[in-house]
Amino acid sequence: MKHLISVQDLSRNDTLHILDTARELDRVTNGGSKLLPTLRGRTVVNLFYEDSTRTRLSFERAAKRLSADVVTFSAKGSSVSKGESLKDTALTLKAMGADMIVVRHPSPGAAHRLAHAGWLESSVINAGDGKHEHPTQALADALTIRAHLRPDAVDFDGLTIGIVGDVLHSRVARSNIFLLSSLGAKVVVVSPPTLLPVKIENWPCTVSYSLDATLPELDAIMMLRVQQERMNGTFFPSELEYSRAFGLNRARAASLPDHAIVLHPGPMNRGVEITAEVADGIRSVITDQVANGLKVRMAAMYLLIGGEVNVA
Amino acid sequence: MLPNSYLIVGSRAYGEQVADIRITDGIISEMGSDLEPGNLPVIQGSGLISLPALVDLHTHLREPGREDAETIASGSRAATLGGFSAVFAMANTTPVADTAGVVEQVWRIGREAGLVDVFPIGAVSVGLRGEALAELGAMAASAAKVTVFSDDGNCVSDPLLMRRALEYVKTFDGVIAQHAQDPRLTQGSQMNEGELSGILGLTGWPAVAEEAIIARDVLLASHVDSRLHICHVSTSGSVAIIRWAKEMGIRVSAEVTPHHLLLTEDLVSSFDPVYKVNPPLRSRADTLALREALADGTIDIVATDHAPHPHESKDCEWDSAAFGMLGLETALGVVVAAMAETPDWSWRTLSDRMSVAPARIGRAVNHGRPLAAGEPAHIVLVDPQRTREVVPAQLASLSGNTPYAGMTLPVSVTDVFFNGVHQVRGGALNG
Repeated sequence: MKHLISVQDLSRNDTLHILDTARELDRVTNGGSKLLPTLRGRTVVNLFYEDSTRTRLSFERAAKRLSADVVTFSAKGSSVSKGESLKDTALTLKAMGADMIVVRHPSPGAAHRLAHAGWLESSVINAGDGKHEHPTQALADALTIRAHLRPDAVDFDGLTIGIVGDVLHSRVARSNIFLLSSLGAKVVVVSPPTLLPVKIENWPCTVSYSLDATLPELDAIMMLRVQQERMNGTFFPSELEYSRAFGLNRARAASLPDHAIVLHPGPMNRGVEITAEVADGIRSVITDQVANGLKVRMAAMYLLIGGEVNVA
Repeated sequence: MLPNSYLIVGSRAYGEQVADIRITDGIISEMGSDLEPGNLPVIQGSGLISLPALVDLHTHLREPGREDAETIASGSRAATLGGFSAVFAMANTTPVADTAGVVEQVWRIGREAGLVDVFPIGAVSVGLRGEALAELGAMAASAAKVTVFSDDGNCVSDPLLMRRALEYVKTFDGVIAQHAQDPRLTQGSQMNEGELSGILGLTGWPAVAEEAIIARDVLLASHVDSRLHICHVSTSGSVAIIRWAKEMGIRVSAEVTPHHLLLTEDLVSSFDPVYKVNPPLRSRADTLALREALADGTIDIVATDHAPHPHESKDCEWDSAAFGMLGLETALGVVVAAMAETPDWSWRTLSDRMSVAPARIGRAVNHGRPLAAGEPAHIVLVDPQRTREVVPAQLASLSGNTPYAGMTLPVSVTDVFFNGVHQVRGGALNG
């Protein structure tokens, strides 16, 4: 495997290998307190065409923990904002000797183009491409679910996981639906029809328009961010109406099974898709998702350009 | 000896009977068997199929304005190599072909290139803005004698403007060629809306955005009893509406592109913008419906929608890439490949759909004529046995955005006569 572009390119064994590697790397670094020399002398470029402090920092820290040289190239304040094409940026990075490019871009398929258009030979990790995919987020979520609900099992057979909100515009939802279902989970998508892609009935998930009816069967629930620009538009009548039907509040959280966990990929709109009480409550594993994001990003970098070096 | 005089021996006219064709001074003077060559140069046509040269009702030649992508001269070379004798050049140039001055310029440059007849299409609205009618009458009365009007690239989405355009062109037997795309339903659209667009995260272009405009416009054409032509039909639903309209006696004609007959949306999974086109590549079921409709005549013609773009407009990420594909030089081979397994398809039918009918819709009276004595010698010879690999760098077009690169097409154009001028020989331009 040279690139990580889409979770749909991962076999179930690939996914489990990444998750196992993430756990193992965490163990040998004592939870990240020790640096590994694996990527010493290798250059990892973070190429960010969208603002994303969280994801960018997570990739930077992951690369540094593996002793890589990290260059961050963000669209703001760079030649990108002067209209340089993706190709020309790629050629520049090639000339700089990038071994790996972590790219976030608003256009679906941008990471795929960087990997396959023949512009450069580096490994490419997709850190979010428009509405398409965000594979390391889904891997972080899978690692989180595994830690809380399936610590000793290999896969997610028997788990039912709800994904609630704007699936249409969400790369996190896409990657999670395909990844979690490939691990054996039953995925239930809960959303108003205006925020669902057409033909989602053919995807490996079921669809519900009622959050209340779905809650009692869920082992985990993932609340998606409602983008500010979708509110008060034509997708739903108002923020308030959305919250009433699809927001996770204390009363709703109470109808989840006792063991159920609450996830959110961040950043949250507190009071819209999730209330502060639930976000900060006992079921919330949101900060675990952040920690696990770092682990799976280390694992992905390690497996893509770390060669055959032994972890232990 | 008269110029532009030849004897083509042994080819099968329309892929049917073997017939020798005598060309005298640019006119087919005689057809029959065992014609005496006398002192005429003899063209060996045995094993080849002779057809009236093709007519393309929908071509983008990019001149004036984007001569980096194509010129009228380079587009004319691509057209004759593809077997065409006439092309209709779309109006979305810079400046827009919305005045008599611009259409006369296009017409004149086409005459100077001299390889095909270039018939300019006039814009329906000033600047393609969809607000006020362009000077349709002046363009019709110009030296270019414009009969086809289109805002192609944009839909005439205002129903009142569309009604007025349909009414107005009745005075000179014109036709409105509609690019059927509801702009609100296709804001930001990147590919066919379906299961795949959802998975790829690309904004969908729903079939209903095309079908709703066609349904509206056939009713408008019926109401004002005028002639409507639908550009690049791409969905099975559009076919059903056009079939119904024709049954109702509405004067509507329709075209399909070679790429919508052959290619399907699954190619978009590669994120390679060479497959980005408007309307988008559709599903397999749509493709099959389009083939059937072309065979039974519900769709009247094939039109290429030849859309050259410079390299950088496609060598980028999908969202930023331009819509459009080359078509002129590959049209015949692609249509043969696409239609191979469709019942009731023959060389005679192909000739109607790619020559006779487009000439009729565009009122190009000197084109799409039968292979018969007394007719102009616009003739294409096709080798049905010789395959051809598509190599972008070998195309005559200034651009290379063909989706067929590396594909092997089942037949080759070998020779083209334009007004009796033997200008394509052995698949290459003469001289």
